[in-house]
Amino acid sequence: MNKVVSGPQAALKGIEDGMTLMLGGFGLCGIPENTIAELVKLGVKNLTCISNNAGVDDFGLGLLLQKRQIRKMISSYVGENALFEQLMLSGEMEVELIPQGSLAERCRAGGAGIPAFFTPAGYGTEVAEGKEVRVFNGKPHILESALTADYAIVKAWKGDHLGNLIYKGTARNFNPMMAMAGKITIAEVEELVEPGELDPNFIHTPGIFVNRIFQGEKFEKRIEQRTVRARS
Amino acid sequence: MLNKNQIAQRIAQELKDGYYVNLGIGIPTLVANYIPEGIEVEFQSENGILGMGPFPFDGDEDADLINAGKQTITARAGAAFFDSATSFAMIRGQHVQLTVLGAMEVSETGDIANWKIPGKMVKGMGGAMDLVASAENIIVAMMHANREGESKLLTKCSLPITGVGCVKRVVTDMAVLDITPDGFKLIERAPGVSVEEIKNATEGRLVIEGEIPEMRL
Repeated sequence: MNKVVSGPQAALKGIEDGMTLMLGGFGLCGIPENTIAELVKLGVKNLTCISNNAGVDDFGLGLLLQKRQIRKMISSYVGENALFEQLMLSGEMEVELIPQGSLAERCRAGGAGIPAFFTPAGYGTEVAEGKEVRVFNGKPHILESALTADYAIVKAWKGDHLGNLIYKGTARNFNPMMAMAGKITIAEVEELVEPGELDPNFIHTPGIFVNRIFQGEKFEKRIEQRTVRARS
Repeated sequence: MLNKNQIAQRIAQELKDGYYVNLGIGIPTLVANYIPEGIEVEFQSENGILGMGPFPFDGDEDADLINAGKQTITARAGAAFFDSATSFAMIRGQHVQLTVLGAMEVSETGDIANWKIPGKMVKGMGGAMDLVASAENIIVAMMHANREGESKLLTKCSLPITGVGCVKRVVTDMAVLDITPDGFKLIERAPGVSVEEIKNATEGRLVIEGEIPEMRL
């Protein structure tokens, strides 16, 4: 079961305007930067992108924002991304902001065949508008529905030909849940290895969730907030 | 009045041995610099680490190792990495004992607003809504007044809220206050700040009982 493709172009085969994508990463940590660059090159438009953030102005999903390729963002955090905030406030781009834990769980649910679940997060806030409320153990919860995507695009540290993946550090974040929730899941990895080279005890995403895998040509791995202490 | 570091220092006194703690972006992050001696706590960051250590030495930064504020960090011996769903299972499942958050407004009933100013600014809620909906012990770290000099401790939040009736304690540059059924109960004053000054700077209902001690830092 060899899932290896030649690169991001082959991995994105079949992508069309108007599709829904999930993209892993938290800030710029663990984002599929090679595939994002290819999406910019392909110029696909009217995308719905599910991703915790939208990169920064000139990197990550910010590149797709610049080219106005995204019709709708489903995220939890805008933060310091000025263009994201501006497109949202002007109404040029539709944005659905949802609590980060609900976002993670909605992706997990989508991949796990659970159509919806109740969570206390967002009760009594704008997020709860139009959602069913039910009380469990004396506490109100809101109904959140599962999310799936036409393409889920994740980034891992190591992967093998069967699509088994291992992530590094906090670059794991949303990648494992999104990998589960794609009709087609693309994994770009820093290091592509032969089956058997990864210890089965330490696989984070089992290959069953991955359809196409390639080794990224280069990873810039930009740091958003370089924070250090002086050597004494 | 306290500066931001002193607010963090005062909040650090709330840490107890064995606590798992989630620190929000801004002043809360500074709390990690003032862990009282003789106690052990573990910091959880919702982007997927337990056992967060100090910032790395210059040159040791790792793009794959950040906190929820996207700052480069280190992992302590015994740290663990996990995905976002597992991270929020820790939070929703009440496995984290203390949450420290920043806020734009807090109401006398414990509502908190910290994600949006309609028409002007949208930061997004990030993990804050999940945290405030589930954490048993939530302390807010913030300035008593906003940049315009208006009180951030209100009868009712004017901004879209992040959570309902969830804040337990507020530590500002002027005071420590608890949320009680009667409103903000004044617990401590910042050094050199009078009860009268706190009264004037607090829009919400303020409960003052007996002599109010000065904070000790």
